[in-house]
Amino acid sequence: MRPILMKGHERPLTFLRYNREGDLLFSCAKDHNPTVWFADNGERLGTYRGHNGASVKLWNVQTGAQLHTFSFNSPARSVDFSVGDKLAVITTDPFMEVTSAIHVKRIAEDPSQQSGESVLTITGPSGRINRAVWGPLNRTIISAGEDCVVRIWDSETGKLLKESDPEVGHKKPISSLTKSADDCSHFLTGSLDKSAKLWDARTLTLIKTYRTERPVNAVAMSPLLDHVVLGGGQDASSVTTTDHRAGKFEAKFYDKILQEEIGGVKGHFGPINALAFNPDGKSFSSGGEDGYVRLHHFDPDYFNIKI
Amino acid sequence: MSVDKSAKPSKLRWGELDEDDGEDLDFLLPPKQVIGPDENGIKKVIEYKFNEDGNKVKITTTTRARKLAKARLSKRAVERRNWAKFGDAVHEEVGSRLTMVSTEEILLERPRAPGTKAEEAKIAGDNLAQLGKGGAVLMVCRSCGKKGDHWTSRCPYKDLAHPTETFIDKPAATETAMAASGAAKGAYVPPSMRAGAERTGGSDMRRRNEENSVRVTNLSEDTREPDLHELFRTFGPVSRVYVAIDQKTGVSRGFGFVNFVNKEDAERAINKLNGYGYDNLILRVEWATPRSN
Repeated sequence: MRPILMKGHERPLTFLRYNREGDLLFSCAKDHNPTVWFADNGERLGTYRGHNGASVKLWNVQTGAQLHTFSFNSPARSVDFSVGDKLAVITTDPFMEVTSAIHVKRIAEDPSQQSGESVLTITGPSGRINRAVWGPLNRTIISAGEDCVVRIWDSETGKLLKESDPEVGHKKPISSLTKSADDCSHFLTGSLDKSAKLWDARTLTLIKTYRTERPVNAVAMSPLLDHVVLGGGQDASSVTTTDHRAGKFEAKFYDKILQEEIGGVKGHFGPINALAFNPDGKSFSSGGEDGYVRLHHFDPDYFNIKI
Repeated sequence: MSVDKSAKPSKLRWGELDEDDGEDLDFLLPPKQVIGPDENGIKKVIEYKFNEDGNKVKITTTTRARKLAKARLSKRAVERRNWAKFGDAVHEEVGSRLTMVSTEEILLERPRAPGTKAEEAKIAGDNLAQLGKGGAVLMVCRSCGKKGDHWTSRCPYKDLAHPTETFIDKPAATETAMAASGAAKGAYVPPSMRAGAERTGGSDMRRRNEENSVRVTNLSEDTREPDLHELFRTFGPVSRVYVAIDQKTGVSRGFGFVNFVNKEDAERAINKLNGYGYDNLILRVEWATPRSN
């Protein structure tokens, strides 16, 4: 396959997300300008300008106009809309004396009626909470972060329901978390301990572990085939001081069930920070520390790979 | 002008036509007509031309264009396709080239060739059977040193063994020591040489090229690196094969280098293959002399 390279960002990528129909690709980087691209040919549709600090903004996807700004007193790390888009969960970093927190906001139908009040605020985990997502039927919130523990919270009361077993769980900070395509029956976490783990979203039991030889910064699950993709690479700060082969910047494909490696896709010259699968499962994109988004449309033979 | 006329005397000039207005215009062809495409996608093209007898012929071509089944795009996705650009994308410079298609073909690199796993088991089985028969074939994998499990070419660890790792050699250590002592004196030490830096052999690369290196000359133009590897690996583990290719023409320049892991293997290869007939040429194999600079 010949990937499409998109160079719209000046700084390392942090997030990639497709819309539900898979025709738009949203990318976020550390340069404050979220960008939207056409997912088929990689043409840039627009950028969302206006970010300048600790806030979460609601945008009009079509025009790039700001609809609402949620201000926080510490940087926001991740956002996830609930099923039905009525609620959003936002995580904020620890900063000065402020501890990290998970905020739930109600998203109003009419943006002018939008209130900035949190419906629920959860604190407790130490260190950054790198990801928080909605669990099955919006009943729970699943969070993971620097304290290496995956937690499930009640989304109504904010009560801690479950914590991952430290015996089987990650040993180093969890950098990414992605839900399965079927409204989160299971989810995948990637960690700097060079592994990714597949969990049951209701019982928080460990289902599978995928071992690799690089710290994992990003994970994605194919909605079409039983494949998972892990991306990462050596710490960005040591990239320039070592041989490029030592970096291991490929996106690695694993069989979800057999936990065996299927293959690798090379290309980035920095660690991969973000991965996303098109909802049709026929293409995926990766974003790296190098500032590039690489959009890969699979060759036909990808779909008959056997191991 | 005159030159022009003499060059193409038969060519009709628009200006001349106007003068000959009253004359017979039969030699002119009516313009091409295109009708449609209509709602069924049928398009008619009417053309006129002279056949070899000089008669005017009307040619009507009817074509039906069928719409390809639209790649299942939802209505809203089609709508979004026509959205106006916004933000920084509005005034995009023409030459900015934000979106590029990779010139490099990227493949999903398999950790091992597809289907080898099943085969391996079968071959191993065969071999055990052979051993049982008494026709003792001792299989020793030269990549991983495993006995009786697989041939070198089928070694499952072939790709795992990082080529540079085999070459992290002793002198590197002494060099680090030197570098460290140098650092004490305040000399610059590259980051990769500093204590605690991840050593991955980047600095050893240059040395590697000169170690147990065998120069092969008088190669035929068709000889490529895999061929050379095939030829030399019978003597022992080969760490690098290189065939010089002319950058302009893309043709082999007729020489190449092979690096062996073990010096003895290289020596044997030189003894055996020097003067060996390969692809109707006689190979010359010798120790590679390090570059003078």
